Amino acid sequence: MHTILSRTQLSDNVVRLRVAASLIAEARSPGQFVIVQVDTDFGERVPLTIANANSSEGWVELIFQTVGATTLRLAEYSQGEALPALLGPLGQPTHVENFGRAVCVGGGIGVAPMYPIAQALKAAGNHLSVIIGARNRELILLKEEMADMADDLIVVTDDGSYGRKALVTEPLRELCESDSPPDIVVAIGPPVMMKFAAETTRPYGVHTVVSLNSIMVDGTGMCGGCRVTVGEETKFVCVEGPEFDGHAVDFDNMIKRLQAYKPQEDRARSQCMIDIRAKELTK
Amino acid sequence: MTHQSPRDQQRAAADMIIELANSELKAKDRLAIPQQDMPAQNPNVRNGNMSEVTYGYFEEQARLEALRCLQCKNAPCIKGCPVEIDIPRFVRKISEGDYAGSLNVIKEASLLPSICGRVCPQENQCQERCLVGKSLKDKFKAVSIGRLERFVADWDAGMKGLSDLASEDARGNPLPPSATAGAMSAATRSVPPVKGETGRKVAVIGSGPASITVAADVRREGHTVTIFEAFHKPGGVLVYGIPEFRLPKSIVQDELETLVRMGVEIKTNYLVGRTRKLTDFLDKDGFDAIFIGTGAGLPRFMHIEGENLIGVFSANEFLTRSNLMKAYDRERAATPIFQPRRVAVFGGGNVAMDAARSALRIGAEEVNVVYRRTRVEMPARAEEVDHAEEEGITFHFLRSPKRILGDDRERVTAIETLDYELGEPDESGRRRPVPIEGSESTMEVDTVIVSIGNDSNPLLTRTTPALKTNRWGNIVADENGKTSLDRVFAGGDIVLGAATVILAMGEGRKAAASINRLLA
Repeated sequence: MHTILSRTQLSDNVVRLRVAASLIAEARSPGQFVIVQVDTDFGERVPLTIANANSSEGWVELIFQTVGATTLRLAEYSQGEALPALLGPLGQPTHVENFGRAVCVGGGIGVAPMYPIAQALKAAGNHLSVIIGARNRELILLKEEMADMADDLIVVTDDGSYGRKALVTEPLRELCESDSPPDIVVAIGPPVMMKFAAETTRPYGVHTVVSLNSIMVDGTGMCGGCRVTVGEETKFVCVEGPEFDGHAVDFDNMIKRLQAYKPQEDRARSQCMIDIRAKELTK
Repeated sequence: MTHQSPRDQQRAAADMIIELANSELKAKDRLAIPQQDMPAQNPNVRNGNMSEVTYGYFEEQARLEALRCLQCKNAPCIKGCPVEIDIPRFVRKISEGDYAGSLNVIKEASLLPSICGRVCPQENQCQERCLVGKSLKDKFKAVSIGRLERFVADWDAGMKGLSDLASEDARGNPLPPSATAGAMSAATRSVPPVKGETGRKVAVIGSGPASITVAADVRREGHTVTIFEAFHKPGGVLVYGIPEFRLPKSIVQDELETLVRMGVEIKTNYLVGRTRKLTDFLDKDGFDAIFIGTGAGLPRFMHIEGENLIGVFSANEFLTRSNLMKAYDRERAATPIFQPRRVAVFGGGNVAMDAARSALRIGAEEVNVVYRRTRVEMPARAEEVDHAEEEGITFHFLRSPKRILGDDRERVTAIETLDYELGEPDESGRRRPVPIEGSESTMEVDTVIVSIGNDSNPLLTRTTPALKTNRWGNIVADENGKTSLDRVFAGGDIVLGAATVILAMGEGRKAAASINRLLA
């Protein structure tokens, strides 16, 4: 049983769930994800990256933003309740070694999956710089945790309410231009951010890894719904990813593919919000 | 083809049964009995619902169809059956009205008659060799062995053939018995006997037809069996792939229920290779043997321009959304499905037919199947092709896609195709399609479903390097299902490549026998 051990509201629409999952906690590596369902009869299967895990205590942590019907329902879970379905760990683990200087760029909710990767890169002996980007002060995730671990931490916000008023690409470019440029960049965040992070490093020839969050059904290689164009090839994010060479990913196609079910998703989301509000009112 | 009402078919069969009663039937008389069509929902009704297309035979029809069998001494039909069911014997028992006895004959060889009776490609197996078909010079006029198999299985499941065609949909159209029966029957069905507990543990990976067979056969010997399924629901291709209208899920549910009542444990949301290594099962978790029946699950694409546009799906994705995730039930399902208007399906197999007919049922206005050979070469069951055509699906033979065109929002707008002609036979024995230069044409569509087959899913083999695979990624297993790893067996599509339910079941039988010998 995947019991919720704790639930933390990290911001208005970001929730952290610590979930009992001893096998997944034991088997997982940084960069991998799980598939969650809130209803096994009619629910959808949603991929979420593993933000943290502890194999001796047998739990994994999921940090997610309430963007659609399923994540809204997931956010309604409280401590002691159990998730009906949790499958994982899925995807290829991050390739970790001592590259020298590593820069981790996390945008918005992307900071959550970045955390275990940054941890692993640091543990492998890399000099670690972390760039956290958020729309505003409220939405900055895992700042303390990253500060404790990173050699340098740069925080930027879109509105300047905390740290520098900039996009993540600005400090990233500065690092690329500095005397000690990165040997590897890992960028995780909204697709547009990853696209521009990859564009930023391209002229400097710095290997840039991105972690893609395309639409999935099974997450085990069976449906091909998650496929992306990488270089000349079609790749399945769920089994060959989720991490790819950011300089080879066709982000424009990927970003449009994410919109494939937009009308249905919007309808489901508003219906779900109505349901949740109605439930609150009848309490 | 005009649609004959089920009641008319029943009446005609009943009249003829009376006519034939008390007369000694000679081969000539048997050959003169008209082949019984299986009653089906009206095509114009069923293309708007998900209920089973066919009703199954009325009892009278089953008796009459069984009388067509010549009871050949050498029984060529048996050799056409991958699991060698004693066909003449089970058919004779139907003609005698001994349905329970008939089912017992089938169950000696096959575990899943309600499923195989529905999805086996009989016209290329038992029925192809039937002497009745040969005498009438038309393999489609053979004794309808599959329909008879289904009849006795349904009879056992409490549907009693079509004797109570009572339920109707909102518009007064009769619904197939499987729409209302089935799910309730597992509890009343007898559970196969299980020998005393041996304490030996067997892991079965995957829960499709091969795995169901292995689980049952191994459990019967008293071994502890645990099935590991990656999805949230067991059943494999029977659940995610084959649609409700062709194989009601309540029937699959029944079979799984029977396993559970035999004491088999089913663990869902468990991906062996990822959640736990295969070798850990043997080295750490105390399993004495493992069966791998993970199926063929990596959809093939054609690698043509435009394949990653919005509106292009693998048949796996389209069918999984519709079947497993129940996206056709828009009121209740959270998983969205792309709303198709004009559809092109690439391919000519059963999966292509399933995808085309599913698209029609979720509201597509026009569905086109594009296949590069002709109708004769189509790998789909003839009945599915007929049904698809009756429902209003358009077939474009000797045509193959060249590229998929899209707009600036990366959405599909059309396909460009090339016409083909048949040349010399290739290694499959079918005549190779050869493109005709300059024969390009375009077809306006907004949805493309690619259904050209599956490759083996590399997930388990990649995380189990010691497991030997061939160059297509299929696990290498000997005739007893034994793999290169000690105490590890495999069968079904992961060994065969994309095959059929009955072949998977036959493989499962053999592997289960090997496992039982190993643990004896």
